[in-house]
Amino acid sequence: MLKQTPLNSLHRAMGARMVDFGGWDMPVNYGSQIEEHHQVRRDAGMFDVCHMLVVDVTGAGIREFLRYLLANNADKLKEPGKALYSCMLNPAGGVIDDLIVYFMREDWFRIVVNAGTAEKDVAWMEQQRAAHAPQLAIKPRRDLAMIAVQGPNAREKTWQAIAGSRAATESLKPFQAGEFAQYFIGRTGYTGEDGFEIMLPVAEAGSLWQTLHDCGVGPIGLGARDTLRLEAGMNLYGQDMGEDVNPLEAGLAWTIDLVSPRDFIGKQALLAKPAAMQMLGLVLLDKGVLRGHQKVVTPHGDGEITSGSFSPTLSQSIAFARMPQAVAVGDTVQVEIRDKRLNAKVVKLPFARNGKSLTTI
Amino acid sequence: MSIPNNLKYTKSHEWARQEADGTVTVGITHHAQELLGDMVYVENPAVGRQLKAGEECAVVESVKAASDVYAPLAGEVVAANAEVADAPEQINQDAYAAWMFKIKPANPADLAGLLDATAYQALVESEAH
Repeated sequence: MLKQTPLNSLHRAMGARMVDFGGWDMPVNYGSQIEEHHQVRRDAGMFDVCHMLVVDVTGAGIREFLRYLLANNADKLKEPGKALYSCMLNPAGGVIDDLIVYFMREDWFRIVVNAGTAEKDVAWMEQQRAAHAPQLAIKPRRDLAMIAVQGPNAREKTWQAIAGSRAATESLKPFQAGEFAQYFIGRTGYTGEDGFEIMLPVAEAGSLWQTLHDCGVGPIGLGARDTLRLEAGMNLYGQDMGEDVNPLEAGLAWTIDLVSPRDFIGKQALLAKPAAMQMLGLVLLDKGVLRGHQKVVTPHGDGEITSGSFSPTLSQSIAFARMPQAVAVGDTVQVEIRDKRLNAKVVKLPFARNGKSLTTI
Repeated sequence: MSIPNNLKYTKSHEWARQEADGTVTVGITHHAQELLGDMVYVENPAVGRQLKAGEECAVVESVKAASDVYAPLAGEVVAANAEVADAPEQINQDAYAAWMFKIKPANPADLAGLLDATAYQALVESEAH
């Protein structure tokens, strides 16, 4: 039996094609996923992200605990509401999960983790808490639903949908959250567009979804969510990173602080194994579609595509590829697709942000 | 209307149409394009290629996934639709107008062995459960 979010019947009523996504019955599209993609880049779309798990950490000394638990440095969180993207590593330096942590007060931090890893994450956090910070409480919040509203008009339409929310959230900077009535609203997302991620009581989720829809926010499925995050250069857990992948070879070095004297779980292992590979973007020059696990042939050795698809913004196929360090932006490499070797150009990530292509071929 | 009566079908979701000149036109069904979603790539077999029945001979790719297309019956490829390769979204717009390739069957009687619309309808319904 698949797990359902509080919005399940609304997806069906809106014509969604549903799929099994890691044990959850989720909408993959409501018609054309390319149109949904453009809707987010050009206007505003909404995503059911209730399957992701909100975890509250409360008590005295959370910051110190997170400094050790997370690879990114919780000390970067100075202003209340600020959010930080981080990996949570195992002692071998593998990625248990990637997450967002919001600093609300010194005695309350809120973490959002992936759906497929939620149980494992909570068990790991709980184990670390018991060992290093027994005074803290870690509380999974399945009583909260989450809806992401993304696109250039996302904030404006959210303000129309939730009376009074403009005053409370207009001053939020990117990667900052605030509370308003029963809502927790973060200016974060997974698309490369402006917008909000809104947490609210499960019982209210359906009515917010409907109201947003009435305000012209289109429902967006997991299909477009994948092409949007790919264009935006954002990793997907289980595909571009995981417990068996060195995060320094997965484009995550910017999130991992190896310079400061701070110790954190996984640090020693990462220091002991410098990155031999790097993650860069590919744009296919020939006709075809790049996909995960395809082999990349370069003069410096082979690489592998971790995520690939068709980019609606570029009208070309794009991918993330893990390739030898000597491969440089601007190089042309070959990708093995079935019985052919096709040419692809190596580019910087991201491919697109805020409605625009950043890639010129 | 999504499973026309005048066509034959395969279990792997191709449609096949008998033409007056004895060739058989092949495409993928409306149901197949619905499952795959937005089409972005079509690779057709080369004209002149000899196909065995059930052989992998073409590829369609949507944003979501790649899918092989199988020869409904044995024969020689006598035409491939370049237009649909240039604009794969035609398959989403009308899967039965957006044909992929034409076969000159080795044995014209083979066509009768494919599924008719009723049998294909039953197959689609059984896969939905």
